[in-house]
Amino acid sequence: MTEFFQQVVNGLALGSIYALIALGYTMVYGVLRFINFAHSDVLMLGAFAAFYLAPVLAPTLGAASIPLAITVIILAAAICACIGMLIEFLAYRPLRARPRLTVLITAIGVSLFIEFAGQHEKVFGAATKSFPTLLPKADVGFGGLHVSSNDLVVLVLTALLLFAMWFIVQKTKLGMAMRAVSFNEQAASLMGVNVNRIISFTFGLGSALAAVAGIFYAMRAPGIEPLMGIQPGLRAFIAAVLGGIGNLPGAALGGLLLGVLETVFGGMPGVSNYRDAIAFAILILILLFRPAGLLGKAQIEKV
Amino acid sequence: MRQLAKDPRVFLLLAIAAAVGVSLAAGSFNRYYMGIAIDVGINIILAVSLNLLNGHTGQFSLGHAGFMAVGGYFAAKITLLYGSALFFPALLIGGLVAALAGLAVGGPSLRLRGDYLAIVTLGFGEIIRVIFQTSEFFGAATGLTGISKLTTFGWSWGLAAVTVYVVACLVNSTYGRGFIAVHDDEIAASAMGINPVRYKVTAFVIGAFFAGIAGGLYAHQKAVISPSGFDFMKSIEIVVMVILGGMGRTVGVILAAIILTILPELLRPIAEYRMILYSLLIIGLMLTRPQGLFTFSRKK
Repeated sequence: MTEFFQQVVNGLALGSIYALIALGYTMVYGVLRFINFAHSDVLMLGAFAAFYLAPVLAPTLGAASIPLAITVIILAAAICACIGMLIEFLAYRPLRARPRLTVLITAIGVSLFIEFAGQHEKVFGAATKSFPTLLPKADVGFGGLHVSSNDLVVLVLTALLLFAMWFIVQKTKLGMAMRAVSFNEQAASLMGVNVNRIISFTFGLGSALAAVAGIFYAMRAPGIEPLMGIQPGLRAFIAAVLGGIGNLPGAALGGLLLGVLETVFGGMPGVSNYRDAIAFAILILILLFRPAGLLGKAQIEKV
Repeated sequence: MRQLAKDPRVFLLLAIAAAVGVSLAAGSFNRYYMGIAIDVGINIILAVSLNLLNGHTGQFSLGHAGFMAVGGYFAAKITLLYGSALFFPALLIGGLVAALAGLAVGGPSLRLRGDYLAIVTLGFGEIIRVIFQTSEFFGAATGLTGISKLTTFGWSWGLAAVTVYVVACLVNSTYGRGFIAVHDDEIAASAMGINPVRYKVTAFVIGAFFAGIAGGLYAHQKAVISPSGFDFMKSIEIVVMVILGGMGRTVGVILAAIILTILPELLRPIAEYRMILYSLLIIGLMLTRPQGLFTFSRKK
């Protein structure tokens, strides 16, 4: 029984990372109605930004200290926000009026470009690199359960970021504009919303979250490499669909649920070999029985 | 005589005869070039069969490599167990099992549309790969080795001709107009008494069948297959051939399959930039010519 709860706790930590990535997918889907395949690569870029920033900042801020972690996370998030906006501007904006499939394929192209460029020896190189320690690590015990302090930090920070996202989207003027664009782009622009700026902002926000998630993911993973974003990216996308794509609380719920299910099932003997397939099996079941996701509302298609 | 020249069956027979003829003289050609030529034939089968689904019927599938894997594994296992004499039956059985997989996948997932369908087919492709990866019978992660090199130029191009013939005849038949109707407007098509689900599933099953055949040829060309050879990237490669050729345009898709098989070989001297160029090609193409490289007139 203790082992089961241990798995649940591990699953929650992993799931909160999925939730952060899923938020980016869901927000972009909300305003542009397409799956940003390159999101998982922005996550990887975030981890690499931290990888290169940490040794530079460590002498002034102290290795493995809280100020270092905070500075690195904020800088990486800012870098990735710029990259996300740049991708949107160069690759997606010219295709705004085209069929969605065209944009989807472009997104796959952008994703492949970042991955292959990253694997080139003059960029990051294909080899796995060990991620620097950003935070002092310690195990915290809760009556037989062992929780790594990193996991606790991830859980708390994710909760804070989720709350911040909810606040931005629901309580600020920018958030209202985002919701308006998502509801009806044309009507929003007639009401004086600068649609391009809102979409750009949404990409920036989503990419910043992806960068944070990438750093958290790298802290748990054995190392980082240019293809590290693919697996968590796919899972997070599934999480977004699971919760109802375009729905912020849904993405958070889907991420946590997927993390827990995957860790619990993946730990079972006999099932563990199929670990990679579990997430997809869940996705397929959800799409077949509840295509709008757990928290999404089914939409009637008008002719 | 004039009647005869118009009959597409004549072209089919001529194409097969030419393929077998070249194949008989294969000894006098450079083996490296022959290998590439065989790959071209296999890729034509893959691209044309995916074109039936992605192009003509307008359903976006990202799981073609999964069906290819099914066909490849079953065909290879049969020739490994029962000997090379069963090459053609093995190809057929591989294709049929892939078609069954297509039915199993297509039935439920074709209730979805657009990017959801793309993701679900991607998911099914990955699940098929994971099943092969965990199955001891199919060699788990190492895959199958020591497969006899039975795929000749004649098999590869002959079956490519059959694929082109079947898909072209199907789409140009009275029945096949339904695929294009489903592509153009599903709701209008169903108002005219066409059952979109049936057409989509048919396209899926036929596409999967030929992908399975191509998989069998591929296995007997490479002599070694492993689960990692049938991943998401392979599906993308086939999709790019279809897009580059112009969705739903058979001739364009064949040309694209030929170019995209030869191009990587030509780029071998700058191998490290090859995939970067490839991804830039996809982006550039989508930005400038989303209708395909070889599409000059509006589709009728």
